[in-house]
Amino acid sequence: MKNFSYLRAHSADEARKAAALAGNMVLAGGTTLLDLAKCGIAEPDTVVDITHLAGLDGIEVDETQASIGALARMSAVADHPAIQKAFPAVAESLALAASAQIRNMATIGGNLLQRTRCSYFRDAAVFPACNKRHPGSGCSALGGVTRNHAVLGTSDACIAGYPGDLAVALVAFDAIVHLGERQVAVDDFFQLPGNTPDREHAFERGEIITAVTIPASAAARRSTYIKVRDRQSYEFAAASAAVGLELEADGTTVRDIRIALGGVATKPWRARTVEAALIGKVLEPELVRKASLLVMEGAIDHGANHYKIDLAPRVITRAVLKMGGLA
Amino acid sequence: MTFVTPKSKHGDASDGNLGGRLSRIDGPEKITGRATYAIEHQIEGLVYAVTVQSTIAAGTVKSVDSKAAEASPGVLLVLTPDNITHLKSATTWAGTPGPEGPFLALPKTVRFNGQHVVAVVAETLEQATAAAALIKVSYEETEHVYGLEDPKAGEGVPIDPMTKSWGDAETAFAEAPVRIEQEYKTPREYNVAIEPHGIIAQWEGDKLTLWEPSQWVDGMARSYAEWFGIPFENVRMISPYIGGGFGSKALSLPHGAVAAIAARMLGKPVKLAVTRPQTFTAYGGRPATRQTLALGATKEGKLLSIIQHGVNETSKLGMAVEPLGSVTAIMYAVPNFSSRQNVIPLNTVTPGALRAPGENPSAFGIESAIDELAYEIGMDPLEIRLLNYAEEDPHAKIPWSTRQLREAFAEGAKAFGWSKRTPAPRSMRDGNQLIGWGVAAGTYPVRRTPGEALVRILADGTAEVASSSIDMGQGTYTILAQTAAEVLGIPVDRIRVKLGDSALPRAPVAGGSQLANLMTGAVHKAALAAREELIGLALNHPNSPFLDLQLNTLTIADGTISTPRGERADISIADFMQHIGQEKIETLRDTLPEEKKNTVDRYNNFTTMMAMKSPTEGGYSLHSWCAHFVEVRVDEDFGTVRVSRMVSALDSGRLYNPKLAESQWRGGIIMGIGQALLEEGIIDPRNARVINNNLGDYLVATNADIPDLQVISVGIPDHHASVLGGKAVGELPIVGVAPAIANAVFHATGKRIRDLPITLDKIL
Repeated sequence: MKNFSYLRAHSADEARKAAALAGNMVLAGGTTLLDLAKCGIAEPDTVVDITHLAGLDGIEVDETQASIGALARMSAVADHPAIQKAFPAVAESLALAASAQIRNMATIGGNLLQRTRCSYFRDAAVFPACNKRHPGSGCSALGGVTRNHAVLGTSDACIAGYPGDLAVALVAFDAIVHLGERQVAVDDFFQLPGNTPDREHAFERGEIITAVTIPASAAARRSTYIKVRDRQSYEFAAASAAVGLELEADGTTVRDIRIALGGVATKPWRARTVEAALIGKVLEPELVRKASLLVMEGAIDHGANHYKIDLAPRVITRAVLKMGGLA
Repeated sequence: MTFVTPKSKHGDASDGNLGGRLSRIDGPEKITGRATYAIEHQIEGLVYAVTVQSTIAAGTVKSVDSKAAEASPGVLLVLTPDNITHLKSATTWAGTPGPEGPFLALPKTVRFNGQHVVAVVAETLEQATAAAALIKVSYEETEHVYGLEDPKAGEGVPIDPMTKSWGDAETAFAEAPVRIEQEYKTPREYNVAIEPHGIIAQWEGDKLTLWEPSQWVDGMARSYAEWFGIPFENVRMISPYIGGGFGSKALSLPHGAVAAIAARMLGKPVKLAVTRPQTFTAYGGRPATRQTLALGATKEGKLLSIIQHGVNETSKLGMAVEPLGSVTAIMYAVPNFSSRQNVIPLNTVTPGALRAPGENPSAFGIESAIDELAYEIGMDPLEIRLLNYAEEDPHAKIPWSTRQLREAFAEGAKAFGWSKRTPAPRSMRDGNQLIGWGVAAGTYPVRRTPGEALVRILADGTAEVASSSIDMGQGTYTILAQTAAEVLGIPVDRIRVKLGDSALPRAPVAGGSQLANLMTGAVHKAALAAREELIGLALNHPNSPFLDLQLNTLTIADGTISTPRGERADISIADFMQHIGQEKIETLRDTLPEEKKNTVDRYNNFTTMMAMKSPTEGGYSLHSWCAHFVEVRVDEDFGTVRVSRMVSALDSGRLYNPKLAESQWRGGIIMGIGQALLEEGIIDPRNARVINNNLGDYLVATNADIPDLQVISVGIPDHHASVLGGKAVGELPIVGVAPAIANAVFHATGKRIRDLPITLDKIL
């Protein structure tokens, strides 16, 4: 870890100005920053501490939306009764993420900016080639051990998986990321790697996430987050799904459905083709099973991660059937 | 002189005597953070070393560019293969001469990815870490072999001493009415003790003091003495507490040599803390193994033949053998048997000991295979084990000292409810959860080495026990205090135990699950001598208040000396010591046989494993035994396996402290659950790098993975095994857990997983 300076920001403007300088990095909860600094991946000149900025840790829920301050702790959001009621998938995605210790430290803004767990990204001394770290240097994961790598949204430049949980639920429910005045749909906030895997977010240097808003909906209210992994706790998803469902008055026909996947793609992955195949249909297990397979159209595996192609549709199926009262 | 057994209060939770469920006496210090671990020792003028590890698997260090590092703030020294002191080769743990040539702590030849090649020493840890990142090493790379699966790995080297055979296994197998033949594999696994390796080294002239977590201070001190060519007595190793070792902290390792060399060159004390990622290659862990097992049996399930062929990986430099035939050869009565083993040298760090080396993967093979045979002939997996029960050691052909395995099966099955099991795979479910029940047995030998202990009764009526043996969480402090309390008749809270310092009376390695037995034996002997001396003084000392009574015995209990029939008022030990004006009664005793008390044998007894007796020496075969009963729930869509219920019945002989023994059993079982379902060193074939070298990616079990673990003691005192009747505790419980889980997974799913860990992608 190289030496760095520390700046405690007293206003959002001061923080933005400091964060705009190349080499500076923002400290919110620190759980990712410290980890990456220890790996030698993050080497900030100055750490800009925004944790003392006032008014950024609120959690407000009304009939139209939830508004969550960027500095709200993961545990605070997970435990918030109104979030649990209006957005169960969001609360569950947080409760199933990381460890209790990390959830108590990590913030919502920082959570959205967490980096991939690709082993090759994290081990710079041994694997110098990484297009995320050094654009144009190549991808060490290609030809390597890929059990945890993405099968959706990959490119020749990068197959690193997006590791988070919360953003999967946010993408399902069309949340908005607030960068001060500017607002970006969360689905757009996360970028596909393409030829620029170093650019992970629609986010300019000097911008700071101030809040996340999630529009209220019937689907969000009837939602769940299912996370599948070998270890029961404190492991990234092999595959996960956030699903919200709204039925017609008949109680069986799908009026609205939201599906997003985690653990299998290079970004939180909205499964729009599956949603389209189910809207207006009577919910029924075989239909759901078939529709879920659509999400893997165009999936590319690298051998060891092939199981994700089989697993992810099953996670969607389970979550949809559970919300439909059929599982 | 006769002794009266002190009044004891067995059964009370606070019972301080041997056999009582006393809580760990070092517990409060640990949970309040007051316990100072070895490298937390505060020392004036300390400087910090950080190593740089190789980034290739095989080749030569061509050059090291250290200019930037040397110019970096606070840097005092950069050690490279070119400027590091060459040490002398040290005697191995087995007592054999070390490899020829000097010992190179930073070798020029690179034999594995992650080998220490450079070290940077600076005023602060941060400076050393930053400077180490500036080191540029150029290599001349050569071809490497990454793992057992590498086509270049070949068949390896046969290890003839591992060959065991009787009868005619080949013919018997060929003629057997029922045959199964399968291959079983276990991956590289790591010890991942929560306290990583580290050391502080300090020289004063030709005297070297080392603060280092150690399972064997005397053995490790000897390595340092020989490396540096100084007398053994000049090395002092201090290791008061150890944050887990599981076999990884018994031997001196290259990073320790680096710290000691740097300390000598700089004339300053040097601390070197191995980082978590570095621990994956600073110590070897359990080698990956592969074994084929062929079982021939009658249609009724009676074993006719077992043929085993195993391999394990080792390094290009060192020879590590993971004895895969250890359980295979003794678990079942079989008339024809053959077991052979090869080792395959690879570009990997030399593997080492990890909880039950040998027995652990051995049991995964045979206990999976016998289960397969049970299904093959349609027999209950428990029944087939009882049908083939070995009434004597089938290999050594001598009686067991005690073998409570039948009792373990019976007690375990009863507590688990085994009789309610439906035999067919996939026959039990709860919604989309497939439920499976599995059983497997385990065993671990009783290893024996003499020990030494000092017991000191002080003028204030308290007592001390001193030994260089160590406590890595298993409870040495506590049971030695209990042993002394029981013999001396002094309450346990007035006994102080000093451990983990090579300046104290000697102890052999805390490994092979031998320490509790041998050290309670040594403390018992020393305490008896101290008690005898105390009573002798009370009967005979001119100033003794009992002198005129002409008694031939006295009682000591609760720190008080009493006459047998109340002839005189009781007197506390403290008052008595004052009466006779004596400051202390001190007895140093060892359990070495007379012919081994000479200087050379003594030294080797405590600093090598030469004197460790085999479990079959002395006419009886000495082993601990266990049976694990497991319920798993497997998600039929996701392939995830969760252990939902577990009952283990274990025979470790007499338990000196059931609370602590149960705790060790549970710890081993938890480790076994992690091994079965999660743990695996993942190696990139391209450069033989361990790519999951951290606790986020190398998965060990969390609390959420562990159900309530019921453990049942079925042991009886075994005085062939040890003076006080105990057998092996610490390594036993992990043995058999993985096959019990694999067997339960088969019962749940109909899928037989023969390579660990059982991850969801293998079930899908």
